[in-house]
Amino acid sequence: MSVKVKTLDDLTLPPPGADSPLSTQEYFINMGPQHPATHGVLRLLLRLDGENVREVIPVLGYIHRGIEKIGENSSYRQTIHLVDRLDYLSALMNNWVVSMVVERAAGIETNDRIEYIRTIMAELQRLQSHTLWWGVIGMDLGAFTPFLYGFRDREYATDIFEETIGARLTMNYIQPGGLMNDIHPNFVKRTKEFLEYLKPKIDEYDELVSGNAIIQKRLVNIGILSAEDAISFGTTGPVLRASGVPYDLRKIEPYGVYGKVEFDVAVGQAGDSWDRYIVRVMEMRESVKIIEQLIDNIPEGDYMTVKVAKAIKPPEGRYYGHLETARGVIGCFIVSDGKDKPYRFHLRTPNFNNLWCLTKIAKGWKIADLVAIASSLDIVIPDIDR
Amino acid sequence: MTAFSSFLFNYLNGVTANVYEPVSVATRAAEVWAHEPWLAIGWLALGMAVMLGFLVVIGMGLIYGERKIAGHFQCRLGPMRVGWHGLLQVIADTLKLLVKEDVVPAKADKVLHVLAPVLAIMATLLALAIVPATPWFQLIDVNIGVIYVTAVGSIGVLGVLIGGWSSNNKWSLLGAMRAGAQIISYEVSATLALLIIVLFAGSLQLSTIVESQADGWWIWRSHLAGIVAFFTFLIASTAELNRTPFDLPEGESELTAGFHTEYSGMRFAFFFLAEFINMFVASAIAATLFLGGWMPFQIAGLDGFNAVMQAIPPGVWFAVKTGGLIFLLMWFRWTFPRLRIDQLMGLEWKFLLPVGFVNLLFAAVLILMGWYFAPIPA
Repeated sequence: MSVKVKTLDDLTLPPPGADSPLSTQEYFINMGPQHPATHGVLRLLLRLDGENVREVIPVLGYIHRGIEKIGENSSYRQTIHLVDRLDYLSALMNNWVVSMVVERAAGIETNDRIEYIRTIMAELQRLQSHTLWWGVIGMDLGAFTPFLYGFRDREYATDIFEETIGARLTMNYIQPGGLMNDIHPNFVKRTKEFLEYLKPKIDEYDELVSGNAIIQKRLVNIGILSAEDAISFGTTGPVLRASGVPYDLRKIEPYGVYGKVEFDVAVGQAGDSWDRYIVRVMEMRESVKIIEQLIDNIPEGDYMTVKVAKAIKPPEGRYYGHLETARGVIGCFIVSDGKDKPYRFHLRTPNFNNLWCLTKIAKGWKIADLVAIASSLDIVIPDIDR
Repeated sequence: MTAFSSFLFNYLNGVTANVYEPVSVATRAAEVWAHEPWLAIGWLALGMAVMLGFLVVIGMGLIYGERKIAGHFQCRLGPMRVGWHGLLQVIADTLKLLVKEDVVPAKADKVLHVLAPVLAIMATLLALAIVPATPWFQLIDVNIGVIYVTAVGSIGVLGVLIGGWSSNNKWSLLGAMRAGAQIISYEVSATLALLIIVLFAGSLQLSTIVESQADGWWIWRSHLAGIVAFFTFLIASTAELNRTPFDLPEGESELTAGFHTEYSGMRFAFFFLAEFINMFVASAIAATLFLGGWMPFQIAGLDGFNAVMQAIPPGVWFAVKTGGLIFLLMWFRWTFPRLRIDQLMGLEWKFLLPVGFVNLLFAAVLILMGWYFAPIPA
């Protein structure tokens, strides 16, 4: 079977009035690489008829840094620093997936304390990411205030990270065999304070944005992604779950200590923008629940199980591991030839697939809807190009 | 100088005894034109200078107010660095815009590109001229005031439309087309709402409309019709002003900056200033027609209360009413998200316009039957 790949040169415009009762002229317009709605250097080539979107063609490569290739020339510990720069809002989860695969490959054992802290950190990061996304979707829909509310609440979590990790965005915290350093003595107290602070704020989110009639008009029944399409596009995370597929690696293949905690997987019904919105708001509440169950029970122990000075040399073979970031499934594939650097380092990132369903679901809607749908997909651009 | 001293006398007298004789600056000039032409020119020059000062002060005040209000809505402080509580921030910004490079895109229609911001600011200046701020301060009191306001308001659309189209940028064009469709549609509703007050007051002249509300503001006196018309006008004028939730022509997250994407420096400042002055004009017109303009709040029968209310100078009444409406518009902007273009047009043609027509008929019946509270002063 051969697939004909359409290049940009093949694009032509139909004559005026070809598929419209009015005699209108279609036109191309570039949304991006510099555009406020694409949140980064994503370029969407749009074929428009007035305000109506006829076709969306994502053009990638504006922030390709060759992270996978650099990974082949870096030791396993060095790759940790690279993957922070993928989906910078899920930096800890990216650290974790590489550590997970390397630990599996090299047979490194971790202890309970490490797994507890990793899980708490990952959920904190999920909260941090979702609060930011909540602000951004408000801004994309034209309300600037939620953006700052989201940033205000995110700041709290960022401060907690800063205290323990030292960084606010690119964490470099989880590494093969454990963590970079132990948690700060204030960590437990401040995390609890944050949860108490955040719970009423999530209700405030509902009051300010979820319940707003204009928001609902802009999201409900718009950009419907059916479950079949969601699966065939390979979408994961809240985008897939909003289409009614309860696929969450935290539940299906529990890693860390997710097996020990009670939480529900938020699932949507219609797969429209509204479902993608509300699934994330529900996930925030679930994350709070997960952290609450773990925060008081962090066991004693070491934060590292192997010596940092020792180079990690997994035996020859192919290794794969995946976990659930704030945006979906991130997979890490490593081919080892027994040396201290991977022979092949590949990442399956969630945003690439999540972006591509835009080409189908945004068709036929207005430009404003395209912005809303793209925002409801919660795309982070550096994760697409790698 | 007799005219001026009598003006001063009237002014002081007006403040103390609350006896107003509305005389616009243009009327004063016309009165003395025959025998003291230089004094007439002086009056006109004074009026224009005051109007320009008014424009700048209101523009800067509103920009500062908007930034401060937005800041406090968003858990931050707004401008704080330049001057006390950032009071000089607007001046610093103006200076920055003045010295900025003024870019005209290479393939833009240069004449129209330059003309557009001028048209936009001219429309607002013309509308500002007839706002009856106080009985003794109104630049010109035309006898077709309400029609004049809607007429010059339409020139502003021309500025936006030309500006977006001449920029030769597809995003600008989209913004301009949205602006054209939106402002022209919502003007219908706004005018219908104003017509109701014209019916009640029996005049198109703004000063007469204000005087007709001496016994009570039209929003109360006209049973439901006034309240419905007030809210129709508020929604329609928000749309005409391109402010959230109807800021589609700008739509910064969709169209980068809409019609003024290609504008920079002072030309951008003109559009910006025009938007803020328009907000003031719309609020002032709403306050004048529905909330009694500079007329104090009166309750029939409560003489002591009425005396206290009358002791407050009319300028303060006008400023408070207008300021309240402006605050409401800012509150909208920093709370609501944006509608979509078809939802926006649906709101106008399927909801506001029918409501406006029914309301107009209802108001006409009320007047025919004489059912409103308190009669119109003869």
